[in-house]
Amino acid sequence: MAAAIEVGGLRKSYGAVEAVRGVDFSVSEGEVYALLGPNGAGKTTTVEILEGHRRRDAGDVSVLGFDPARGERDFRERVGIVLQSAGLDPYLTAAETVDQYRAAYPAPRSADEVLELVGLSAERDTRVLRLSGGQQRRLDVAVALAGDPPLLFMDEPTTGFDPSARRNAWGLVRGLADLGKTILLTTHYMDEAQALSDRVGVIVRGEIVAEGPPATLAGRHLAETVVRFRAPEEAGLPPSLAEEAVRGGEGWVELITAEPTRVLHDLTGWAVARDLELEGLEVRRPSLEDVYLQITGGAAADEGEGADGEG
Amino acid sequence: MARGELRLVLRQVRFTNRAFWRNPASAFFTFAFPLMFLVIFTVLFGGGTVDLGPHGTISTSTVYVPLIAVFSVITACYTNIGMSVTFQRDSGVLKRIRGSPIPGRAYLAGRIAHAVSIAILLVAIVVAFGAAFYDAEVPTSTLPAFLATLAVGAATFCTLGLAVSALIPNAEAAPAVVNATILPLLFISQVFIPYDPAELPAWLDWLARLFPVRHFSDAMLASYFPFPGRSAFRPWDLLVMGMWAVGGLVLAVRYFRWEPRR
Repeated sequence: MAAAIEVGGLRKSYGAVEAVRGVDFSVSEGEVYALLGPNGAGKTTTVEILEGHRRRDAGDVSVLGFDPARGERDFRERVGIVLQSAGLDPYLTAAETVDQYRAAYPAPRSADEVLELVGLSAERDTRVLRLSGGQQRRLDVAVALAGDPPLLFMDEPTTGFDPSARRNAWGLVRGLADLGKTILLTTHYMDEAQALSDRVGVIVRGEIVAEGPPATLAGRHLAETVVRFRAPEEAGLPPSLAEEAVRGGEGWVELITAEPTRVLHDLTGWAVARDLELEGLEVRRPSLEDVYLQITGGAAADEGEGADGEG
Repeated sequence: MARGELRLVLRQVRFTNRAFWRNPASAFFTFAFPLMFLVIFTVLFGGGTVDLGPHGTISTSTVYVPLIAVFSVITACYTNIGMSVTFQRDSGVLKRIRGSPIPGRAYLAGRIAHAVSIAILLVAIVVAFGAAFYDAEVPTSTLPAFLATLAVGAATFCTLGLAVSALIPNAEAAPAVVNATILPLLFISQVFIPYDPAELPAWLDWLARLFPVRHFSDAMLASYFPFPGRSAFRPWDLLVMGMWAVGGLVLAVRYFRWEPRR
């Protein structure tokens, strides 16, 4: 499938700070690609360069065959941008807001159509200042969809949402993906990346350090499994597992294994034979978040909230 | 500007206008403010006359009518654009426009056109109010000079409003910067306190003449109270304002920002 976005050797500095230091990736048409990374890692800078909001210092960028730095109207007609920081006029209604923007596109969708797509049909005549935060973000999406663009940029589309609003937003993004839109999103939430994206790129200190489908990112599917349970000390442990098992406090036992099937078979067979219930038994594969924290090596912790200036 | 773009400009004017009237407090005071000044000044100083040098001696309350018309244009253009564009930049509206196919200049042209239409409406109200209550005859015989002054003044203070918004760092600073740049000029340029220029200390007269407000008020007074035997047109004043307009435009083009400074 053709590439909607191609980025090679992208670099951008702010004064002495190198925000993006040689980013390469590509997104195919119809793909949902999530950029993950701690605050200040260069996600927003990268996306803003692709949107045409910022100029790059070096590298090749092609978005739908355009160089976004040229800011051509043809280019802007083909991309929809959902920004964290873009405002709306508080005194216009939802439908008027969409109308204000859709007029500039060659083949716009109707305001009612896009409002329905984002679930704001009932609020079409409500002024922006009376919409809740979540509704305003959905209106953001509606404005981005007004020109029926094939490519959407979504910068942290669910930041600040409550859990049910996030689920709704995910449904919306999936619906857009089903319509065949190419979507580049950034997010802090691993469950969001996992739920929505075909591929994930992890960006740390201005470079992509891992890339792949969320299920197999950084060999996640091959990683070892952790088996945990509680058993009284006097019960002992199955002989075949005695060497691998590590005893912790309060009767907890933990096993790290590449063969979870064998381990569970031995363990449960042993317990059933002794009529022993293994309290708190769990089998855990590393989550996307575990993999992410391992890849980013705690970068998230040192850079903290304050470094979000350019994102 | 392409034809499609003109259509977008008109659309922006329409939406700007709707949003303007839906904030009644702001709309009310936009109109009440100049009229309030007109009433307060005429009550305070209106009893006497003022010697305007070449224009003769005129009742103070009459003089305030064209001067408050000047003030109306400055409020509707300079103050309004300087502040509202800064607020829109900080709230991210400008950034959104920048990422959409709406050309930035079409959006700004729409806002300017709306500001000018408000200025015209305000001036019409002030002129009608002045004719009804303050013996300020509507300048029908000198209408071309009056309209030309109005047009050049509106253009000048719109571009200066854009220029000042480019220089204001953030929305919190907007009222302070806009007021600090315009209020002293309103005081020394006859708008709030009419005077005979010959009575003014020479340095203050020259200082006032450096800036466009004084030229605006001089041109407006000439179109309202033409000195017998002299034209109601003040080409030199209009030229100085025009130079300020070009300067404002250059500054605005060079320094205008679509994103907040952080």
